[in-house]
Amino acid sequence: MNENPLPRIAAPSLKSIVLFSQRLIGNKAKWVQRSLIFVVVVYVGLLILAPLAALTVSAFEKGAGAIFSSLKHSNVLISFWNTLWISLVVVLIHTLFGTIVAWVFVRHRFPGRSIINGLIEMPFVISPVVTGYMLLLIFGRSGILSNFVEATGIRVAFAFPGMVMATLFVTLPFMIRELIPVLENFDASQEKAAATLGANSWQIFWRVTLPALRWGLIYGITLTFARALGEFGAVLVIGGAAQGKMMTTTLFIYHALEERQYIAAYSAALLLGVFSLALVSGSNWVRNKVQR
Amino acid sequence: MNTLTAKTQAVIRRRSPLPWRHWGIRTIAISYLVVMLIIPLLVILQDGLREGLGELWRQVTLPIAWHALKLTLWTSAVMMLINTIMGTLTAFILVRYDFPGKSFLNAVIDLPLAIPTLVTGVMLVILLGPQQAIGAWLKETFHFSIIFAPPGIILALLYLTFPFVVRSVQPVLLELDLAQEHAAATLGAGGWTIFRRIILPPLTLPILTGALLSFARAIGEFGSIVIVAGNIPLYSQTAAVYVFGEVESENRLGASAVSVVMVTIAFGLMMFANYLRNRSRFGFRKENE
Repeated sequence: MNENPLPRIAAPSLKSIVLFSQRLIGNKAKWVQRSLIFVVVVYVGLLILAPLAALTVSAFEKGAGAIFSSLKHSNVLISFWNTLWISLVVVLIHTLFGTIVAWVFVRHRFPGRSIINGLIEMPFVISPVVTGYMLLLIFGRSGILSNFVEATGIRVAFAFPGMVMATLFVTLPFMIRELIPVLENFDASQEKAAATLGANSWQIFWRVTLPALRWGLIYGITLTFARALGEFGAVLVIGGAAQGKMMTTTLFIYHALEERQYIAAYSAALLLGVFSLALVSGSNWVRNKVQR
Repeated sequence: MNTLTAKTQAVIRRRSPLPWRHWGIRTIAISYLVVMLIIPLLVILQDGLREGLGELWRQVTLPIAWHALKLTLWTSAVMMLINTIMGTLTAFILVRYDFPGKSFLNAVIDLPLAIPTLVTGVMLVILLGPQQAIGAWLKETFHFSIIFAPPGIILALLYLTFPFVVRSVQPVLLELDLAQEHAAATLGAGGWTIFRRIILPPLTLPILTGALLSFARAIGEFGSIVIVAGNIPLYSQTAAVYVFGEVESENRLGASAVSVVMVTIAFGLMMFANYLRNRSRFGFRKENE
C-alpha cells in the first residue's frame, strides 16, 4: 500500500499534520468505511424498502384492473372522502390555534411555561388507543359530559365529531413544533421597524410576521395532514365499530383485512401510503428547491 | 435596541400590543392546550385512580395485563438497543462518508414518518407473513415465526422509530470539529479509539435522547402491532392492544388502569428526554460562544 515516511521537516505546519492524519485515517479505514456503508444500506433496504416493495407487488398481483375494480367499491370511495375532509378540518384548526400557541410560547413569559413545553409533545407518545379511550371517558355513554351530550343531542362518541377530536389530539404537536424554532429565529426588530414606519399590529402580522413563518407553516401543515390521514387507533376506539358511511380509509383497511378482502385492503393501503408519501416528500422537495 | 433613539423607542412602545390583546391571545393559547391536552390527560388519571391505588395495582397485575405490559417493555427495549446502534451508524455514514445514493438514503430515513402505521403493519405481514415465501421458509426450516409473534412486534417498532436516533445524532455530528480527530490520529490512535474517545462523548446525549424518544413512542404503538402481532393473550398481546380489547368489552377498570401506567411511563420518559435535550443544546451553545 502507500508507505510514505513521516514528513521530514523541522517544524511541521498545521496543514501538513492535517494532511498526514487524513492519509493515516483514510488508508486504514477504507475497508471499514465500505463495510459500514454496506451494513447500513442492507439494513435500510431490508427494513424499510423491502416491505414497501412487497406491498406494491401484492397489490398488483392480480393486475391493475383488480386494483381499480376493488377501489371503485363505494365503501372505499366514501372512506377516502371521510379521511380527506376530517384531515382538512384538523389541519385548519391546528393552523389557526397552533400559530397562536407557538406565538404565545415564543414571545410571552409566564409561569408554567416549561411544563407546557413538555406537555405539548405528549400526544406524540401517548398510545392512540388511550387517546380514543380518554375521549370515550368524556363523551361516551357513561362519560363525564354524557348529560350534556344527551341534553343537546350532539353525538360525539361513535360519530364524526369524536373522530375529528381524536385526530386533533394526535396531531397537536406537529404545527407547534414546526413553528416554534422559526419564530425563535425570526428577528423581532423587523416588526419594530414596521411599527416605527406606522404599520398597525394587524398589518405587521400580515405583512412581516406571516411571510417569515411561511415555510414553517407549510411544513407543519404537511406533517399534520400526513399524520391525520394515517390515524387509526384513536379513530377506531372513538368511532366504535364504525361501518359503511362512517369509515375512514384506515378503518376500511382494517375491516377489509378482517374480512379477508386482501386485494381491496392492499390497494387502499398502497394508495394511502403513496398519497401521504407524495405529500411529505413533495413539500420537502419544494422546500429544498426554494431554500437553495 | 441600543442604536435606536429615544424617540423611536417611544414610538415602538406606543405601537406595541395593548395589554388586553396581550392577555387575550395568551388566554386563547392556554385554553386551547387545556381543552385539547390537559383535560383529557387528567380525565384518564382520575378514572384510573377512582378506586384507589390498590385497585389500580390489582388490575395491572392481573396475569394477562401484566404479561401485556412486560411484553411491551421488553420488545421496546430490544428495539431501542438495535435502533441506537444502527441509528448512530447511519447518522455517522451520512455525515462522514460519500457514496453513490447517499441523498436517496437520507430521504428514505424519513419514510416511516410519512407512512401510516397501519400500512406499515400490512406491508410487514405481506413480506414476512406465514403464508408468504420468506415467512413459510423460516417457519419450516427454523420453526421461527416473525409475524404473529414477538419478533414481528420488534420489527414493526424498528420500522417506525428508525428516524429518531438518526435525526437526533446527525446535526450534532455535523457540527463536530474534525481537528480533534486528526490530532488523535497523528498521536497514533486507531479508528476505533478515535471513535470511542473523541467522537462518541459529545454524541452521548443526542443518542440517549433519540433512544428514549423511540422507546416512549414504541410503548403506545397500536396500528402496526395490531396487524403484525396476532394479539394472542399471554403471548403476543401488547399493552395498547390489551387496552383496546378491554375498552371493547367495556371493562373500564382494567382499561383505565393499564392506560394510566402507559401514560405515566410515556410522560416520565418524555420529560427526561426533554431535560437531556435542553442540556445538550445549552451545553453546545456555551461552547460555541
